[in-house]
Amino acid sequence: MKRTILGMALAALLIGATPALADDALKIGFTVSQTGKLNNDSVAQMRGFELWRDQVNAAGGIKAGGKQNKVDFVTYDDESQNARVQQLYTRLIAQDKAQFLFSPYSSGLVASAAIVSEQYGKVMITTGAAEEKTYKLGNKNLFQIYSPAGQYLAGALLALKAKNPKAQIAFVYEDDPFSKAVAQAVRELAKRDGMTLALDESYSSGTTDFGPIINKVIASKADALLGGGHYADGATLARQLHDQKAGLKWVTLLVAPDSPNFATLGDAAVGISVPSQWEPQVKFKPDFGPTAEAFTKAFSDKFKIEPGYHAAGGFAAGLILQHAIEQAGSTEPAQVAAALNKMDVTTMFGRTKFSTEPKEHGLQIGHEMVLAQWQRKNGKLVKEVIWPNAAKTADIIY
Amino acid sequence: MIVILASVIDGVLIGAVYGLAAMGLTLIWGVMKVINLAHGIIIVLGMFALYFLATGLGLPPYGAVPVVITLGFVLGVALYWIAVHRIIGQPELMSLLATFAVNMVLVGLGTALWSTSPYNVPVSLPGVSWRDYTFTGTHLMAALLAAVIAGLLYLLLYHTRVGKAIRAVAGNREAAELSGIPTTRILAAAFGLGVALAAVSGTLIATMFPFTVLSGEAYQLKSFVVTVLGGLGNPAGALLGGIALGLVEGLATPFMPVSWIPIIEFGLFVLCLIVFPRGIFALSKA
Repeated sequence: MKRTILGMALAALLIGATPALADDALKIGFTVSQTGKLNNDSVAQMRGFELWRDQVNAAGGIKAGGKQNKVDFVTYDDESQNARVQQLYTRLIAQDKAQFLFSPYSSGLVASAAIVSEQYGKVMITTGAAEEKTYKLGNKNLFQIYSPAGQYLAGALLALKAKNPKAQIAFVYEDDPFSKAVAQAVRELAKRDGMTLALDESYSSGTTDFGPIINKVIASKADALLGGGHYADGATLARQLHDQKAGLKWVTLLVAPDSPNFATLGDAAVGISVPSQWEPQVKFKPDFGPTAEAFTKAFSDKFKIEPGYHAAGGFAAGLILQHAIEQAGSTEPAQVAAALNKMDVTTMFGRTKFSTEPKEHGLQIGHEMVLAQWQRKNGKLVKEVIWPNAAKTADIIY
Repeated sequence: MIVILASVIDGVLIGAVYGLAAMGLTLIWGVMKVINLAHGIIIVLGMFALYFLATGLGLPPYGAVPVVITLGFVLGVALYWIAVHRIIGQPELMSLLATFAVNMVLVGLGTALWSTSPYNVPVSLPGVSWRDYTFTGTHLMAALLAAVIAGLLYLLLYHTRVGKAIRAVAGNREAAELSGIPTTRILAAAFGLGVALAAVSGTLIATMFPFTVLSGEAYQLKSFVVTVLGGLGNPAGALLGGIALGLVEGLATPFMPVSWIPIIEFGLFVLCLIVFPRGIFALSKA
């Protein structure tokens, strides 16, 4: 008797499970840093993915192979840790049978995820991962949404040169893979543009007090400071530059000033510029998907916060995958990858085109960054686009 | 030359605050042989306490200091009864695990509530300018308050009955119990005191720098270095150790790339463990 009941229960369970198996929703897997140091940006990126999924499903799904494919996500918390990313991407592919992958957030985690996705030959759209190295290892199924790290400070150098061709630059950056990749490019660009680096130093990721570094900047008699790294360090550096009256005419920091929270620094935020993958004010004419304005409105309505570039990058990753599937007319990974290789499209995020050179396959070569600056307008702190001139919404404060 | 002097002064000012944080850690170790791995997150709670008291309730930033000391003490006593009391006298690994668990819980809660984005409490206090260099008012005030709080702790430990009881329990718990000291309550009070010191150092740090939920890790590490420099279980040594650490940071920076500073710090830590296992300021007592 007991056995019969057990058998029936099992059968019921199996029957209950069948509709889920028969469901032909498109399964996309990724991890999110719900906890740990990358939580802030990673959650923003996830919201971008989610908004895209909700919009696609509300419109009936992605058209391919003569039917509408709804989108279903499988996600886990990677705790901002490489080891978890490797385990979880293996699980997403092997157990959860994800058909396509989005990347985790940050260059470091993506490098780990890419090893797994390439082993299994899965297409992974990477966002929130600017460092070039991962795309130069002969990978065949990675597709980068962000402009590569080398471009981060290119605009800032040009804008600075336009204001003061003889500017002495103090270059102070975090000792981590992303910032070091940016640093390498800055040295070459500065040399090309004939600018002098009066100070060129990295600081360790755990730095909590920038006082001694700022004293060095002051001693170097620099006019401008470029550098930074991520959130906590960038905010601290900006605040201490202001408190210690470092007397700089120009400050561009990576990543940190992009956060809306940066405005809590008050006067210390004024004049600080940040290279940005995307800003809500950009005026691209999309060939595919909503405009930046429509995206910003939908995002703000849903999450009660304005989207930054991490959120926009997440949304764009979804759009690009959707466009590739529709172009391919199939959800077969090989055909979708071929469509991605051929793609040259403008979305709310700007132009997207992937390199098909074997030595840098998947590297983003179409997208351009903008330079944004915190300015005071009618007593309120706002972030304005100041470079390139074609995209600017306000003049540069120097 | 001037840049060296400016860096040294900056280093001493910030070092006093490192010292205050480490005093909390070393007091707890000295009295009950518990290594408090929740030290970092408690510093962070002190930071957020300032944020909510100053921007939420509109308290003047330095008015938050006595409030944080009180709240920190209460939190410390509560943590003692929840996580520490049952492992007193057990092997040290037990206390590491228990306080690490508290750390994980609090960090998790903090991340869920406040995310890991940076918070900032603007404090405007006129600084002192000299040539091109400015010593900010917040640094000067933080160092001053750290010294005052350290002085008060000294008075408490050496000139009150509770302080004598704490020292007696630290020296020999059984003997203290036999002379009629309620040792369990004293242990709870000492843990509360340690937590209050960590929390208030967080408050002082938050007047100077922006912070995140995860900022505690760096200060916890510094506290360990300072504690070893100053001698484990020696609060006065901790303050001196903190100032020494700040001094080393300030003195080394003009001469080498700043990314080398942690190597110097932890090199010093290892050297100190080998050559002066009781701390460089404990020599006179040895």
